[in-house]
Amino acid sequence: MTTEVATTRTITYRQALNETLRAELERDEKVFLIGEEIGVFEGSYKITAGLLEDFGPERVLDAPIAEEGFVGAALGAAMLGMRPVVEIMTINFSLIAIDQIVNHAAKMRSMFAGQVSIPLVIRMPGGGGQQLAATHSQNLEVWYAHIPGLKVVAPSTPADAKALLTAAIRDDDPVIFLENLSLYSAKGEVPDGEQVAEIGKAAVVKTGTDLTIVSYSRGTTTALEVAHQLEAEGLSIEVVDLRSLRPLDRDTICASVKKTGHAVVFEDDWLSYGIGAEISATIGEGVFDFLDAPVRRVAAAEVPLPYAKALEKAALPNAADLAKVVREVLNISTTANDK
Amino acid sequence: MAAKARTRPKAGVESTGGEPAETLRDYYERMSLVRAFELRSSEMYARAKIGGYCHLNLGEEATVVGLTAAIETRDYLFTGYRDHGYALLRGLSPERVMAELFGKVTGVSGGRGGSMHMFDSEARLLGGYGIVGGQIPPATGAALALKNQETAGPDAAAVMCLLGDGTTNIGAFHESLNLAGLWKLPIVYVIVNNGLGMGTTVEMASAEPDLYKRAASYRMPGVRVDGDDVLAVRDAARDALKQARESRQPVLLEVMCYRLRGHSVVDPARYRSPEETTIAQQSDPVPSFRAELIASGVLSEADAAAIDEAADVRVSEAVVFAEESPEPAREDLFKYVYATPVANAPSALPGEPVMDAL
Repeated sequence: MTTEVATTRTITYRQALNETLRAELERDEKVFLIGEEIGVFEGSYKITAGLLEDFGPERVLDAPIAEEGFVGAALGAAMLGMRPVVEIMTINFSLIAIDQIVNHAAKMRSMFAGQVSIPLVIRMPGGGGQQLAATHSQNLEVWYAHIPGLKVVAPSTPADAKALLTAAIRDDDPVIFLENLSLYSAKGEVPDGEQVAEIGKAAVVKTGTDLTIVSYSRGTTTALEVAHQLEAEGLSIEVVDLRSLRPLDRDTICASVKKTGHAVVFEDDWLSYGIGAEISATIGEGVFDFLDAPVRRVAAAEVPLPYAKALEKAALPNAADLAKVVREVLNISTTANDK
Repeated sequence: MAAKARTRPKAGVESTGGEPAETLRDYYERMSLVRAFELRSSEMYARAKIGGYCHLNLGEEATVVGLTAAIETRDYLFTGYRDHGYALLRGLSPERVMAELFGKVTGVSGGRGGSMHMFDSEARLLGGYGIVGGQIPPATGAALALKNQETAGPDAAAVMCLLGDGTTNIGAFHESLNLAGLWKLPIVYVIVNNGLGMGTTVEMASAEPDLYKRAASYRMPGVRVDGDDVLAVRDAARDALKQARESRQPVLLEVMCYRLRGHSVVDPARYRSPEETTIAQQSDPVPSFRAELIASGVLSEADAAAIDEAADVRVSEAVVFAEESPEPAREDLFKYVYATPVANAPSALPGEPVMDAL
């Protein structure tokens, strides 16, 4: 039995990503980074700060503005055994590369009967709330979560950012690694040393007995905030952090709802056909008999997101919206200090 | 109709002078094999043994033979969806290629890819791509990997990426050529210009119909060669590959050829005028190469007939093999979805519950 005590540090989500990229570049010379402005500029959101200087332009490759070209090139390098980690500046621009991701990266191993593997990671942030207007504020996670052959992860904490990115880089399949603009400066405890998460597993990040909130990425931080707030009012809320959108850990979701009998999904994407639709159907199929109320979804208003702060705020799901729906599901009248 | 049709309606090799008789005979054997295979593919499609889309190399045999004669074993080949001939001449057996068309487990892609998705990692044929131009960015990335893994020189590997004339109008073509020119990648892009993207002529689709000239935008040599001349194609491709492997100079090579039939086996090509059809038939490289080899004494009429007969027999054996091969097993449906096993990977068939009720 080891007597070594695990040490942790409090760092930002951004720093966790940066340190993990550095560690994997050091560990495996097949790993290289490619994307727009990741080298000289050190990344639009400074995730790759300092890496060009330390690893050189072959390992940290600045690409011109050509998402379809450089995402596909990363895919081709992966076919020859390299382990590229792509940064797409935001998820919105991944639509320009979607043929390479959906029609090619996701299909090749199956379509060529396992003769080739695609150890490719595509990192990209989504999220609204920065007044970037309709084209730069989307949460398009279901576009990728829908596709067999891809793995899609969405860490909500710095610790998960580290462990899931490590797992993604070491995985032999294409992994879509979803970040969120509003999480980059979030701080959290991160264990030192090598941490490798298991892709495909959700986590119960807070236990409770009255109701389950299912969320992921930025949404999980809001869910925890609401759960703690309602705790003070005597409600016991469980929070399930999906972590992996494909594969989806249906067992963990259903086990939680079986216990609580109530479920609310909190999601940043649009409501119709969104993540919550899949979760609700899963709960209906898995634990219908244990439900005491219909599953509800708290999602973004179905509108191209406006620039104006007031309208942007109105469209995006927030803690108050979630608290309101939790109370409605539990059939508790809204208190005066809610809104 | 492509401009070259008006200037050079008759196909053939410019000169076979200096080429060993053995080599010429070998090239004719290869052309004859591709011709026999494609005619039989068409027949098997009509008999519903082959499903989906099925695009044939008929009329392009000199191009197929010339290009595949130029690439070395260590090189990597990416193609579009008109890929049967390339698979055969990259060394994949007619049995395995026909079995792929039949959707059998013995096919080159285990019956999962079909006509458009021939793949063999050992033969370094990295697909077979059904989406127009889908192969161009990955081929460019393969060249990027080679650049990082190897030193330039005569023994280095290079990538050959085939595409059609219509493909030169998509964004991925331009993005990829820019990357290759920028990063000095060991790759040769080959435009197989058969004059038609489905039913649309090059002139209807491309503002600069001299497609090889597009290389200028990427500081890349652009070369055009007669695709009905097997030796000219081979030599141009060899020269381009040499620049790629030794000098890391990417090249754009345009090969002018004809599609003898429609876009795919189900296309009667009614958009072609009788005159255009006549020109395509006159440009057919297989009978013209055959006639030239007989005229120059490389082959006798009997030799040529024996080669054609042998190709036919070879293809018949492939059909028997494909017929007798088993279908892929239903229980292997999910077998290749992920390389690294993952928790909670979906495995439900239609109508099965997604999970056990708790």
